[in-house]
Amino acid sequence: MAARGAFDEIWGHGGPASPRAEFASLARWIAETPADELQRRQQSAEVTFRQLGITFAVYGDSDAAERIIPFDIVPRVFLHDEWARLSEGLVQRVQAINAFLEDIYGDARILKEGVIPNELVLLNEQFRPEVNRVRPPHGVWAHICGIDLVRTGPDEFYVLEDNARTPSGVSYMLENREAMIRLCPELFRDFRVEPVDSYPDMLLQTMRSVAPHMGKSTPVCVVLTPGHFNSAYYEHSFLADSMGVELVEPADLVVDDDVVFMQTIAGRVRVDVIYRRIDDDYLDPLAFRPDSMLGVPGLIAAYRAGNVAILNAPGNGIADDKAIYSYMPEIVRFYSGGEAKLPNVETWRCREPQALKYVLDNLADLVVKLVDGSGGYGMLVGPTATSAQIEEFRAALIAEPHRYIAQPTLALSTVPTMTEKGLAPRHVDFRPFVLTGSDGVRVVPGGLTRVALREGSLVVNSSQGGGTKDSFVLSPEAGA
Amino acid sequence: MLMLSRTAAALYWLGRYLERADFIARLVEATVRLDALSARPAGEAAWQSALAVSYTDKAFAATGHPVTLAHVARFLALDASHPGSIVSCLDRARNNARAVRTALTREAWTAINRAWLMFHNRSSTGGPTETLNLLEAVKGETRGFEGAIHRMMRNEATLLIQLGAAVERADNTARLLDVKYHILLPEGERVGGAVDRDQWTTILQTVSAVTAYRWLYSDGLKPRNVIDLLISRFELPRSLAACVEEVVTLLSALAKRTGLQGEADRMARARMARMQKTKTTDVIVSGLHQYLEAFIAENAMLDAAVARQFRFI
Repeated sequence: MAARGAFDEIWGHGGPASPRAEFASLARWIAETPADELQRRQQSAEVTFRQLGITFAVYGDSDAAERIIPFDIVPRVFLHDEWARLSEGLVQRVQAINAFLEDIYGDARILKEGVIPNELVLLNEQFRPEVNRVRPPHGVWAHICGIDLVRTGPDEFYVLEDNARTPSGVSYMLENREAMIRLCPELFRDFRVEPVDSYPDMLLQTMRSVAPHMGKSTPVCVVLTPGHFNSAYYEHSFLADSMGVELVEPADLVVDDDVVFMQTIAGRVRVDVIYRRIDDDYLDPLAFRPDSMLGVPGLIAAYRAGNVAILNAPGNGIADDKAIYSYMPEIVRFYSGGEAKLPNVETWRCREPQALKYVLDNLADLVVKLVDGSGGYGMLVGPTATSAQIEEFRAALIAEPHRYIAQPTLALSTVPTMTEKGLAPRHVDFRPFVLTGSDGVRVVPGGLTRVALREGSLVVNSSQGGGTKDSFVLSPEAGA
Repeated sequence: MLMLSRTAAALYWLGRYLERADFIARLVEATVRLDALSARPAGEAAWQSALAVSYTDKAFAATGHPVTLAHVARFLALDASHPGSIVSCLDRARNNARAVRTALTREAWTAINRAWLMFHNRSSTGGPTETLNLLEAVKGETRGFEGAIHRMMRNEATLLIQLGAAVERADNTARLLDVKYHILLPEGERVGGAVDRDQWTTILQTVSAVTAYRWLYSDGLKPRNVIDLLISRFELPRSLAACVEEVVTLLSALAKRTGLQGEADRMARARMARMQKTKTTDVIVSGLHQYLEAFIAENAMLDAAVARQFRFI
């Protein structure tokens, strides 16, 4: 499971001595910049992040209530052609996700035609009957998607997971870039890097494009956060700030006669578009969990009445559920008529007896995931697990097979990363952000690269000791 | 864009808490000088009065610790178990600032965050020198914050922070004068009698007015002058008169920006009109303590009127 044998995105298969031809100059930069200089720049970035409070909370870890995510100074780079191919696949995938949601909460053709088993959708906890037959303003469901990708070779990209609810991490994309420009200006001189700083403008444009028509010239948009104790609060405030819109908490909103208002110093102001960073469950105690202390009572009624746009739409969880994920190639084919340009990782649905048998026979080689888990929790990485952990999962799989899927352990690509012993390859994944408004689909040329800092580790989640890197996308004219 | 009520409240309280943190830092600093560095240590009485000024005498008594420099300095600076310590004020200021990150610039936020990081999880202030260094550092950060908000967009966010600070500053000065005066002039003694020079210097140090006093009075330390300086001299930013005037100015600026004007403005203007006619001699003759007590009560009423006017929920 070590990096040995894995494809390194800069060094290729041959190690530091023979980098990929396109990356010769970057490899030279890495080789020629003294390690302690890189170390110093990296520490300077981390001091800045700490002072800015770019922190996240790890649940159940009170000592480190506020931690920064480690930042790695060596960037990950996409060539222009690589990026163009990726973007096409991302747009196709996000369009399919939107079409799927429109269909599932509408006529459900995909179920009627037997492409996906009925019970997999209708009995799924992520399916929200509360919003069945409710079409969001302008028919956009997944406005902000984070598609998690992994790579195993020069042209081998796979979708690991779709995030169509409230994907986070975009603030790191922007802050990491700020840090890189400050700390490694020479890289931006030597490479033509596509800028990412237009993201807040694109997001605001997306929000405004889906405002319900109310004859107003400028719709009132807000970002809804659970509050400043939430682990991603920094990102919520960052986004509101960079878009120039209010950051509201549930208590700031009231719903009156199916219209949403925020309470300001001069009284109530009508709200048209809400980018919520709260899960469906806690959005509206009248519609979802009645025991929720968070939430805006009546919000879903206002949404049903067509008086407010909610980004992303309630009920989206059905599209990024891991059990549905395995059907994504079929979903893309069903709605677009073509083959998926970005393939899935091969997936065994443990609910199917034959697949379960295969998984149980090969547990030590597979990655097993809870269909409704996230953040790297509820996950077995066979090759690095102890036999006790494997037996624990075996028992769980036999008891509740429908709750699990399994995938092969991929040889994830690596990128040179600063470690205690100098630069060494570490496994990475990638989350680009795709925006969908009533005026089309947009992909920001960049994203969040997460890196597993422990040698050989494949778990990149920040809650499990992962770090981040800046992700460069090179401009077409750049001869690297 | 109209400001959220919650944001307005958080900004106002951010101003109050940071001002209070700064004031307690000055109070402890002046008391350390009085107790540890003067030729005639003032001992327990000095620390007892510092506790009374910061409304923490009862909370400290509950700890059962002796009233000494080490214990009181730690209690006032680092003890998070009561709301009157510097660390508690910074904690609250930072929580309020976090809740309104979007209304603050990076510079303003990082000043608060740096002050908080400095105090957070520290268990001891150390000896007198370390204590003074730590207090100097927190004062530096609050000054940095003040500087940063003067470079922020001049909108209602800045004005509300400054309003909170001005209301808090008025309360602090009134309280300081009230408590210290009591101790220095036990009942029956006449103002102008023999007083302890060090004690009066402590008052001036707490409100950073040692030099101002020399400039304005070109005279030795006289209680009457100190009272005059702290109550009626508009030149001194921490005098009651200056705070009262600042509150009026800030409320009018807020009214201009938000269109919200009302009871708070009327109260503040009436208070300023009275202040302009106030003569220090009259205050002393008719009872300084009664005067300050009434001032503190009126300040609290003004605070409540501000909360109603800006719909702090």
